[in-house]
Amino acid sequence: MRSPESPVLTIDGLIKDVGPLASLDGKMLRVVSGLSMFAERGQITALLGANGAGKTTTLECAQGLQKRTGGRIDLLGEDPDTAGANLRSRVGVMLQDGGLPPSARPIPLLRHIAGMYQSPLPLDGIIERLGIDTFSRTGVRRLSGGQKQRLSLAAALIGNPEVLFLDEPSAGLDPQSRQVVFELIAELRDAGMGIILTTHLMDDAQRLADYVYIIDAGRNVAEGTVADLLSHGHEAMDGVTERTLFFDAPAGLDIAAAIGNELTITESRAGSYAIAGTLTPEHLAKLTAWWAEKGIMPASLRLEARSLEDVFLDISGRDIR
Amino acid sequence: MTGGTPVLNTPHAGPAPLMRRILLQGRYETLTMIRNGEQLILAVIMPLLALVGLTVTPLLDGLGANRVDIATPGVLALCAMSTAFTGQGIATGFDRRYGVLRFLSTTPLGRTGLIAGKIIAVLAVLVLQVLVIGAVAALLGWHPRPEGWLPGLGLLVLGAAAFTALGLLVAGTVRPEATLAITNLLWILLGALGGIVVPAERLPDLAQNIVHFLPSGALGQSLRDAFLHGNVSLPYVLVLLLWTVVPGAAAVRWFKWN
Repeated sequence: MRSPESPVLTIDGLIKDVGPLASLDGKMLRVVSGLSMFAERGQITALLGANGAGKTTTLECAQGLQKRTGGRIDLLGEDPDTAGANLRSRVGVMLQDGGLPPSARPIPLLRHIAGMYQSPLPLDGIIERLGIDTFSRTGVRRLSGGQKQRLSLAAALIGNPEVLFLDEPSAGLDPQSRQVVFELIAELRDAGMGIILTTHLMDDAQRLADYVYIIDAGRNVAEGTVADLLSHGHEAMDGVTERTLFFDAPAGLDIAAAIGNELTITESRAGSYAIAGTLTPEHLAKLTAWWAEKGIMPASLRLEARSLEDVFLDISGRDIR
Repeated sequence: MTGGTPVLNTPHAGPAPLMRRILLQGRYETLTMIRNGEQLILAVIMPLLALVGLTVTPLLDGLGANRVDIATPGVLALCAMSTAFTGQGIATGFDRRYGVLRFLSTTPLGRTGLIAGKIIAVLAVLVLQVLVIGAVAALLGWHPRPEGWLPGLGLLVLGAAAFTALGLLVAGTVRPEATLAITNLLWILLGALGGIVVPAERLPDLAQNIVHFLPSGALGQSLRDAFLHGNVSLPYVLVLLLWTVVPGAAAVRWFKWN
């Protein structure tokens, strides 16, 4: 846990009910129940959780798109439910479903949105930076998922906001676009923007976030820096964390004969092995000595620390809901 | 895509002034409406067909000096229904589906600016319709009472307000496909039987009693009164006001933005 220094967004005990729903006999469904978080200027704060965890609802309450049932939200010193154009001009929003009119063309659309601000960012810079010039003649309706995402990001940025909300920013991005978008997001953070993003992809949070809130069933379940979360539950192990060793070698090897039975050994495909658990240098020494003795040279070899995905699954359970 | 161009984060300067935001949105929505082929058919082609149809057939004979004088005010009323109710309703319904309303309401434009922009677009398209229909009607021999113009245009704006409120109510409460069906169906029904282009006297008995209380009948009849006789019938004004205020309040109450 940390305490706020220069928060752009503070959410305190947020509650949001939706409905009444016919599927619940006309009762209300509580999609966010007592969630608290804050986001700092010059940082990327990630809300990480499975689909349906309440991430988007939380964001939409903070953006003033949904009225909250209870709790307190402070966005740049104002309540988003009652704030006016001045607050909206300081906040950029990239919605999960884009929100771009299908009949529009990218550049006139961006120019139109830019007109809503006193002093928008130079259009040419954003267009070039996000590669929008490569599809500027195509209508929004015919853009690919990644092109739409890049255009939505440009639309959220054009007003030069102090706070930027990104709902699933990497959805639909090809690897190149992802690289460009992530670099830009990191650069905006370094320039002092407060960025709040949601993702269900651990990799996004791991690559981008300065601070992560893990959300499940509308509640906070864990929070911390990525490094904090990766050591979750392992503080007592003197810094030894779980790792997995992957390697490809001839099929059917009896690995347990070399390193014993205390680790989880799997051969997922013939000749493709994974050894998971609290791996020590002794384990590695035994394994390599055994390979030398048998004359085995692996075709590939990879050692990975515990991923944020493992942490997430540990915390929120491995069942699919 | 290049990594070189820095996107600068200069100090923030706030929103553009309110009027500028609304006018920008109005211009944007107007251009979107005019560029949409289906909307143009509904807004211009169908009313022109109605005008020519009513002028060349004997349907309106016996109601006044000549056919075009009786037909044109009704066709102008039809224009208001096309643009404000069907056209704008369908556009708003699909904007809602695609999240456009939600996104724009997070920009400085906001929800109020968004609605104001739609109203401007409806009025702008209505001006174009009046010019086109008025010019064609003039060629066909339309001679409106000069003193009818002022009340006539006022009533047209009031009618457009009523149909905009109704269109937004439909678009904001049901799925866009349903909005498409409802607004098109009502356009045909009210257009044929709602007292809009065909005066109440020429409708079946049952319809005659009802149409005076419908926005279509009230607008059609009151525009004919204005352009044929130069007078304003207050009951119709009240009917139109009611159809503006009640659906307007309902839309404010029940409009779903997502």
